Amino acid sequence: MDQFYPQAAIATYKLLLKLGCDVAYPEGQTCCGQPLANAGNEAASKGSYLHFVTMFEKYDYIVAPSGSCVYHVRHHFDTLEQTEAVKKVRAKTLDLTEFLLDVLQISSLPAKYPHKVGLHQSCHGLRGLHLGTSSELVNKPVASKLHELLSMVEGLTLVELDRKDECCGFGGTFSVKEPDISVKMGKDRIRDHFSKGAEVITAGDMSCLMHLEGIISRQNIPIKVIHIAEILNTYEI
Amino acid sequence: MMPHAQKAAIFNKDEARTDWHDASLWMVRKKRDFAVSEIPEWEFLREFASDIKMHTLSKLDDYLESFEKAAIQNGAIVHWAADAKEHNDIVLSILNKHQAKKMVKSKSMLTEECHLNEFLEHHNIEVIDSDLGERIIQMLNEPPSHIVLPAIHLKKEEIGELFHRELHTEKGATDPQYLTEAARHHLREKFHTAQVALTGVNFGIAETGEIVVCTNEGNADMGVHLTPVQIHSMGIEKLIPRRSDLAVFTRLLARSATGQPVTVFTSHHRNPKPAGEMHIILVDNGRTEQLGKPDFRSSLKCIRCGACMNTCPIYRRSGGHSYETTIPGPIGSILTPGIDLKKHGQLPFASTLCGSCTDVCPVKIDIHTQLYKWRQIVSEAGLPEGGNKTMMSIMGSGLASPSFFHRLGNIGRKLLRLFPGKERFLSFTVWTKDRDLPKAPVESFREWYAKQTKDAQ
Repeated sequence: MDQFYPQAAIATYKLLLKLGCDVAYPEGQTCCGQPLANAGNEAASKGSYLHFVTMFEKYDYIVAPSGSCVYHVRHHFDTLEQTEAVKKVRAKTLDLTEFLLDVLQISSLPAKYPHKVGLHQSCHGLRGLHLGTSSELVNKPVASKLHELLSMVEGLTLVELDRKDECCGFGGTFSVKEPDISVKMGKDRIRDHFSKGAEVITAGDMSCLMHLEGIISRQNIPIKVIHIAEILNTYEI
Repeated sequence: MMPHAQKAAIFNKDEARTDWHDASLWMVRKKRDFAVSEIPEWEFLREFASDIKMHTLSKLDDYLESFEKAAIQNGAIVHWAADAKEHNDIVLSILNKHQAKKMVKSKSMLTEECHLNEFLEHHNIEVIDSDLGERIIQMLNEPPSHIVLPAIHLKKEEIGELFHRELHTEKGATDPQYLTEAARHHLREKFHTAQVALTGVNFGIAETGEIVVCTNEGNADMGVHLTPVQIHSMGIEKLIPRRSDLAVFTRLLARSATGQPVTVFTSHHRNPKPAGEMHIILVDNGRTEQLGKPDFRSSLKCIRCGACMNTCPIYRRSGGHSYETTIPGPIGSILTPGIDLKKHGQLPFASTLCGSCTDVCPVKIDIHTQLYKWRQIVSEAGLPEGGNKTMMSIMGSGLASPSFFHRLGNIGRKLLRLFPGKERFLSFTVWTKDRDLPKAPVESFREWYAKQTKDAQ
């Protein structure tokens, strides 16, 4: 995100500032360690776990516009010794959408985005952080935090998908270990959004969108990807 | 053994067929969704079933002994098989005792796991799988590609062709009703002439010593009723404590498997027929070992509904055969590495860890977490799927070092700016075969942020 999608990070930063937060970006930060750990090398990623804790322990909240990183910190930092610092960091690391709705408790935003949008529910956010109710759990309410936030945006129309929460096929190392299925899954997701008239696919995770954008670009499909923070940040004060 | 990724790539060569396979299984998932939406207490039932299974597993030794005692009192003969070989030897000894040369079989993934058919055929016993799907793949000499829908990978035209060849149905006939009728007549003759019937077991009830088989076609019952000798092969994890616990599971099983409220038949077998024999074979075959692994113990809660296969976006697009295991899909990928890590260690990586399997599972097995944990074990064991350990440890140190991390990121972005559209030559070949890399921006967030804070000062 830092290197390839700075616009999503900038939108997150600006949005939090506008909402009155005192925001800092600790410049020594690196990676939560998820890529290595998901590839089976949790032991090798311990150093980056500890570095993450050191970097962020002094903050009240650690906000990331990335459900999968947040999920990793909250769920997989359980392999560290549970010091006070580790416990605090795990508890206070939140996805942007959780932070906006559960901590800041915003109920409206002056954002405007007059487009037809398809929402991709990134799996770690949806099924890991329970930002919404997955389609498998049919007996609970289904509105997700992302839906709730997008409903505040003026002019935005959400398209109804055939498969509202199927995985995009990125999956970190999966995308290169099983490239054929990974791409096929991505193609199928894009087709679902495109055939419903979406101009833009949004999500809470840039990694899913990077994968989808890679396929969109290769196949010249007239649809764009945009991080949800960029949609929510479409206003000035 | 060919890697899953390679088999999946072959499967994906025929994209229309992949779409057809995906859509067939997605339809089953949607039927399941509709069926479970009718049950307001669905989530409670899942929790309840999970608790019953965990409790049973925590005292499995006691429950197995209670089951055996009750079954013997009912007149059944109970056998214990430590592994597949013992199981197969026991079946053969029963057949030999009755000088039987023909056996009908139904509803048993366990006998697939033990490779019973090949073993018995080697001993000149004719084995007839009597479930329609099982019969089809037996004729084709293929393993099942799904645990509930064994022939889901085949189109009706292919089955029509097979039946024309094997059962002399009309050439080009594809009407499912017609083909099923032909199979029915063919099987009827087999039922009448078989001397022994073997079934799998969905549930064993410790309290009563009875076994329960859930089927749709009635073939398991027909086999058992028409032959004097019945054998029930049962994995030791199939136990539940009491008959009253069964309703929790029958409500979950068929809804999860096919979207039916309940299977057409839920048959309880308790006593042998007059002058008949009833054998129950309790099979371990690696289950005790799995039970001994705290991280993976709960995989033994599985009731073999297949819902995790129907929901898995990878399974739907790679087919059951790509896993090369008796139980394919997400549940198979956590059950089989424990049996042979070297052979099946690649399977936990055949997943995006999307977690749909965990949410769909009627007994709440945290399948995707166990996939993650198996990956750690595969890597610890130094298997290639886990990556090169030295490289990984260097990368680990790199990820923990701000200067390394930022420099590497900057170099990557700037390289892409120098060679826009040429990334295919920059050794990202796997990613870029069918995908472009993101367009590299002029400055990173970090650079932008540094300017902001500088301006503010």
